[in-house]
Amino acid sequence: MFYLIKNFFIALRQIAIGSKRYYIWVAFLSFLILLGASAYFDQSRRGLIITGMRDQVSWGFYISNFTFLVGVAAAAVLLVIPAYIYNFKPIKEIVLFGELLAISAISMCLLFVMIDMGQPLRGWHILPVIGSMNFPASLLAWDVIVLNGYLAINTFISFYVLYRLSIGKEYKMSVIGPLIILSIPWAVSIHTVTAFLYNGLSARPFWNASILAPRFLASAFCSGPAIMIVLFQIIRKQSEVEIEDRAIFKIAELIAYAMGLNLFLLGAEVFKEFYSGSIDTYSIQYLYFGLHGKSALVPWIWTATLLNISAFLLFLLPRTRENFTTLNMACLFVIIGVYIEKGLGLVVPGFVPDTLGEIYEYTPTTPELLITLGVWATGALIYTLLLKFAVPIYTGKLRFETKA
Amino acid sequence: MKREKNKRRELSLDRRTFLKGAALGLAGTALPLDKADASFWETFFQKHFREMNDTEIKKVLQRLEKEAEQKYKKAIKIGNEKAMPGVLFGYGLDLSRCIGCRRCVYACVDENNQSKDPQIHWITVLRFKKGEKFSDLEESEKYYNPPQVPEKEYFYMPVQCQQCENPPCVRSCPTQATWKDPDGIVVIDYNWCIGCRYCMAACPYGARHFNWSEPGRKPEEINPNTHYLGNRPRYKGVVEKCTFCIQRTRNGRYPACVEACPVGARKFGNLLDPNSEMRYLIEHKRVFRLKEALNTNPKFYYFFAYGR
Repeated sequence: MFYLIKNFFIALRQIAIGSKRYYIWVAFLSFLILLGASAYFDQSRRGLIITGMRDQVSWGFYISNFTFLVGVAAAAVLLVIPAYIYNFKPIKEIVLFGELLAISAISMCLLFVMIDMGQPLRGWHILPVIGSMNFPASLLAWDVIVLNGYLAINTFISFYVLYRLSIGKEYKMSVIGPLIILSIPWAVSIHTVTAFLYNGLSARPFWNASILAPRFLASAFCSGPAIMIVLFQIIRKQSEVEIEDRAIFKIAELIAYAMGLNLFLLGAEVFKEFYSGSIDTYSIQYLYFGLHGKSALVPWIWTATLLNISAFLLFLLPRTRENFTTLNMACLFVIIGVYIEKGLGLVVPGFVPDTLGEIYEYTPTTPELLITLGVWATGALIYTLLLKFAVPIYTGKLRFETKA
Repeated sequence: MKREKNKRRELSLDRRTFLKGAALGLAGTALPLDKADASFWETFFQKHFREMNDTEIKKVLQRLEKEAEQKYKKAIKIGNEKAMPGVLFGYGLDLSRCIGCRRCVYACVDENNQSKDPQIHWITVLRFKKGEKFSDLEESEKYYNPPQVPEKEYFYMPVQCQQCENPPCVRSCPTQATWKDPDGIVVIDYNWCIGCRYCMAACPYGARHFNWSEPGRKPEEINPNTHYLGNRPRYKGVVEKCTFCIQRTRNGRYPACVEACPVGARKFGNLLDPNSEMRYLIEHKRVFRLKEALNTNPKFYYFFAYGR
């Protein structure tokens, strides 16, 4: 017990010591967090009226970011599958960093839900036993369960692995093996449940399509791994962690297949909507072409479409996939493309036109953008701090004391 | 021996109390100090309305009345009339009569203590061009503003909460803060709603409205006769909706919009009473309900009494 506490403080101390660049980075993130926090303070005082949301478009930028980040978190599983099931060594060695990313992403998801709530102090009402969780009727109750469960699983796996490494021992598959197997369907479930959250509403024809959950998964398997490819390059440049090119190219190849599938599913959706031409297609018309002269989302969705198609080609061809300039370009394209498509491009058209036919054009306000930025900075800070002690343990620089 | 046992019982906390205590400790760190008075904590730990017994409800109502009086400097009665047995409320709206004057909209605001700044309306009147498709609400105009109504080339369709028998909003609420009472009225516990707005995404009729800011209403505009589940003063960050004027109809009165309608387009009654006006019009007129394809089964019936 003594050693455990002592080791905990050794790990904790890691986050306080670092290079000048590290301090500048943390200070920069803290500044953004403070900026967001002060905007949030104003929001909690004056209400959500400081956002661009209104009764017609009752969810906006916060829930868009939430949706995108659930996908990022779910994509950690993409690394787990080849790593543990097929024992693909180069990926297995770096899967830890994917799981830490999942922890940060889920933390951001929970924050985005919190800041979107009108009465955040009543958050405990949603809990089972002490509150009155509407389970199984409400999909939001399901989401609370799967997201928190996913956070717990990933936290346990990564901290257990780190602990074993830190005392110089190999982790026991008998301990985490079953959890890893569980984490695969669980990752699929967090994004499926989030899709069902929208999907199950017959009031919103734009979301009420059974293709939604598969599309969510396909696009998540593009954006999540793309973020990881970028992060891996930063990690191996900034630290002594060795990440093989082979691992990165393998992930890039997987993105190509996922994006191919994503574009196919999108095409199927677009065909059905426009060819059938019923009155339920107003939302997709608004999204792609505008409706009655209102066209706030049109430039965004075409940007996203173009970025996704070009990224698909860049990932598909081995020559561009295995060249770091074009690879990083493709990653950036996918991240921005999916961020638009699964963010505002998914949430807002569900509300436009609203259920009584009104077209209210939603644009996020400055405080809304600042608060969002603050949450992203919080996520980045969480990931930075996690890496700060995970990396030295991983490279063997940091070893803890044991009795033996 | 016996005394010691009793003592131990007093000391042992049940799980709920313990967890709430833990939550209190956590929340306490996040709260401004000036709010940390007894009333604040009583509000914070107020139980779900349907989990409280009559004594607890009475205490809550007293506290809320006191708070409302402090805020608006006038006595406000918050009632808790329960649903009457053998009653299922239904509403009828005669589209051939409606002239689009919006008197119902403002009578509703006067009665139900909605925010006036920013404005919240529980009734939306849609205007359609004659001869256009009107199952397609996208063809409607909500902000019409002619010098005079009715206009020759238009007709009007008011929409409010349809009090569905199969309400998608109730199903979607993650905290059971909204439910359908036995007389068919869908109500909200404004002290239990967390303001996630999932119900607003789920409602096919735009019937649910959110308090995006602190509701703005002058004390002299407050209607002091209220119901806990209806028109009592609301809070910033919670959802609200039409309750068929629960504070009136559970005391045998008509909803405010029915009384305000100058052309008698609005009907109201007990669907379970074979002699009610509602039953008469369902049997004798051809009624329809909004967005029937969604299977929400509203108790809000539209009909045409005569052609014109």
